[in-house]
Order: sequence, then C-alpha cells, then structure tokens
Amino acid sequence: MSRTLVTPLTEEAISALRTGDRVLLNGVIYTARDAAHKRLVELIEHGQELPLDLQGQVVYYVGPTPPKPGQVIGSAGPTTSGRMDPYTPKLTALGLKGMIGKGPRSQAVKEALCRDKAVYFAATGGAGALLSQRIVAARVVACEDLGPEAIYELRVKDFPVVVVNDIYGGDLYVEGPMKYRCSES
Amino acid sequence: MIREVHVGQITELVASLAVEACTQLGDDVLAFLERAVEQEESLAGRRVLVELIENANIAREHNLPLCQDTGLAVVYLEVGQDVHLVGGDLEEAVNEGVRRGYVGGYLRKSVVADPLGARCNTGDNTPAVLHTRIVPGDRVRVTVVPKGGGAENMSALAMLIPAQGRAGAVEFVVETVRRAGANPCPPLVVGVGIGGTFEKAAYMAKHALLREIGSANPKPRLAELEEEIERRCNALGIGPAGFGGRITVMDVFVEEAPCHIASLPVAVNLQCHAARHKEVVL
Repeated sequence: MSRTLVTPLTEEAISALRTGDRVLLNGVIYTARDAAHKRLVELIEHGQELPLDLQGQVVYYVGPTPPKPGQVIGSAGPTTSGRMDPYTPKLTALGLKGMIGKGPRSQAVKEALCRDKAVYFAATGGAGALLSQRIVAARVVACEDLGPEAIYELRVKDFPVVVVNDIYGGDLYVEGPMKYRCSES
Repeated sequence: MIREVHVGQITELVASLAVEACTQLGDDVLAFLERAVEQEESLAGRRVLVELIENANIAREHNLPLCQDTGLAVVYLEVGQDVHLVGGDLEEAVNEGVRRGYVGGYLRKSVVADPLGARCNTGDNTPAVLHTRIVPGDRVRVTVVPKGGGAENMSALAMLIPAQGRAGAVEFVVETVRRAGANPCPPLVVGVGIGGTFEKAAYMAKHALLREIGSANPKPRLAELEEEIERRCNALGIGPAGFGGRITVMDVFVEEAPCHIASLPVAVNLQCHAARHKEVVL
C-alpha cells in the first residue's frame, strides 16, 4: 500500500515515514539539478534572498525533455542525486523537507537528513515517460537561462516515490541489497 | 564497382534512429523485463520492473522519450570500402542528423562545451562521438547509441598487470558494478573490453553494448567468462533500481583483443536498463 502525502511536508508527516515506504506525492514540487543547486548555494553564501521559499518544500532532481506542443512536460525521471550532495545540507538547514532523485547519498547528507528532519525519496530511474504522466502543470520560476536545468514549479498528482533515507538513519540502498547479497559475489 | 552514397541519407538516418532509440524500447530488452518480473524474488524489485514495462508502453504510445536523459549521441558508421560518400563532409552530415533528431524530436540537449569552464550547452546536442570503420563491401551500417550520463559516469578502466590475469579482470568488473550500485539504473548491460591498448579497451567495452540481450558469445571461453561475471554481479544483491534483488544485470558482453606483453587493459562500460541503440544498413 502506498500512502498519500500533500506538499509542503510537515514534520509530523516526515516523522511517520520509514525507509522502504511507498508514497504518492501530491501538490507542488520544485525541480533543481547541478547548475541550479550551485546557484542557490551561491546566493545563500552571499546572504542573498532565494528565488523560492524552501520551508517544507520538496525538490526533484530532474532535467526534463522539452514538451511537444500541447504537452505539460516531456519525459521527466530522476537524475543521479549524488552530484547534489555538496549542496544539500545547506538547503535542508533552510527548511527543505524532501528530495526526489536516484542513487545513494553521502554520509554528510544522511546526517543532515536526521538533523534537519528531512527525507530522501527515490523515483524509478529511467521511468521518465511514466512519471511525466503524473505531472499536471509545469512553469519556470527561476534560472530560466539554464535551459533543461532551470527551476520549474511542478504540480504533481500521485507521483510515485519510495523512501530511501528516513530521519532515523535508514537507507534502502544499504538495507535492500543486504537482504539479497550472496557469498559468491 | 564503386557505389555512391549521399551523406544526406546518413543525416536522415541518424536523425530518425536517435528518436527511435530514445522512444522505443528494444524487443530484446522488453522480453528480458517480462521474464525478469517472473523471476525476481524482491517485491520492491518486481515493482520497478513492472514500472519499466509500463514506462515503455507509455513512451511508445505517446511517442515520448523513455528517459529524460536522451544522452550524448554515440554514432557508429561501418563504411564499405567500395562506397564513395558524396554530397558533403561526412562528420558534418552526422552532426546535422543529431541536430535534426534532437531538436525536431523534442529530445533533451545534454552536451556542454568547455567542460572545465562555463559548460555552456551547445543547444543541439552536437557534437556526436563518431566511430568510423572501413569494412569490405558496398554497404553502410549506421548505428546510434544515445548514451546517458548516469551509467556512463559509473564506467571504469584499469590497466592491470598480466599477473592479475582472469581473476583480476573479473574482480575489477564486479567491483565496478558494486561501486556503481543504484546510480547507473540497474538492471544493467555490462560491456567489457579486455586487451588492446588503453583506448581500444574502452572502445570495445562500449561496442560490446550493441549485442542483443540474451545472445551467447560465439567464443566458448568468453561465453563462460560472461556467465561467471553475470552470476557474480547478480550475487551482489543490488537488484532493479538498487532497491535490493536478484537481478542486477540483464547481460554481460565481452570483447577482447591481443595486447602488449606488459599489459592487461580492462574497461567496463555500463549501460542502463533502457539499453538504447538502433541501427540500419544502407
């Protein structure tokens, strides 16, 4: 069974999540990948205002394909999250509550998730066509000059994700494979 | 007899093959995923495999890219030595094909110039990485491989010493897959190049990805090596999407070449579960 969550995420909702839980996200989420993260953190370091309020928000690591005429968005699956690791703790410290990507996070990020009460979700890598069907609206809200790396506001309906890292130190990428590892590897 | 082929034909083929490769999952991959759903013990893994089959159906139905990372276009051209290419610069013709395919096909432009500098997007996904080989005959084989960043980033090459031998080579391949974990989007195709030189090994590892999933290596010695690597990779427990499971690789393909008496190059090129490549013979 999947549970349904609506963004922005509350601390109460986050504390109920456990590694391995399936979640259907609803509401608004924001896209950001390498270049947008670099820019957001530069603004933070220079004490400048961010183009969006991170409080309770969820960021999706995605660079979609361009929409065809009449489409909301093109193919839109997750990119590798590890590339955002150097920036993430600075964002969770400002109230970011969720991230969606694929692949493992650094120790520093996992510690930041426990400290700042935020979760890391995975969407299925390579399922960009399927995931695009769960995005009902998209508009650029910042960094338009970055093209596929611009920050979009996405409205999602039953967007399927799995909890990888919860606020209790759980990690699906460690616990999942451990169950199936055989000695001959 | 010399056969004339206009490079404009190659442009058109590169454009259509790029779009086709990005939107239509190969029959061999789909057949694998359907079998894998029956075989995978992990519930989380099975759910991922079911999603991937559904994703392929949606992509085909809506003519949408399977994945938003429509890759850097790697193009293989096998040109018969009895072919005379006319009508312009071959390399420019290939790049024009990439341009048309990626712009006209609404694929993502994922190429940046000046990798250490401003990393500005080239805007049309050019340049392609082009591998041209002259072969006997009067045909031209055009193959397009949209190669995504996630799997490419986890690929690796080692210059082993001959004493490390077969065991060392197997160890390096398995370790590369283990370290890659969830990042390259398993279940993977693992391309392995053994021998040759530094760049030849890498070339073979990538070229190996073109084989059909489930096909056996014609050399029994290599077929056995592929089976051993596959068994050991699957024993890692990484599973579909890295959520844990029995199925971590779809297939392992090895190419080998003679090498220097002092060398044992081993290259591993990882490919995601979409295993995109399409080809046409002119």
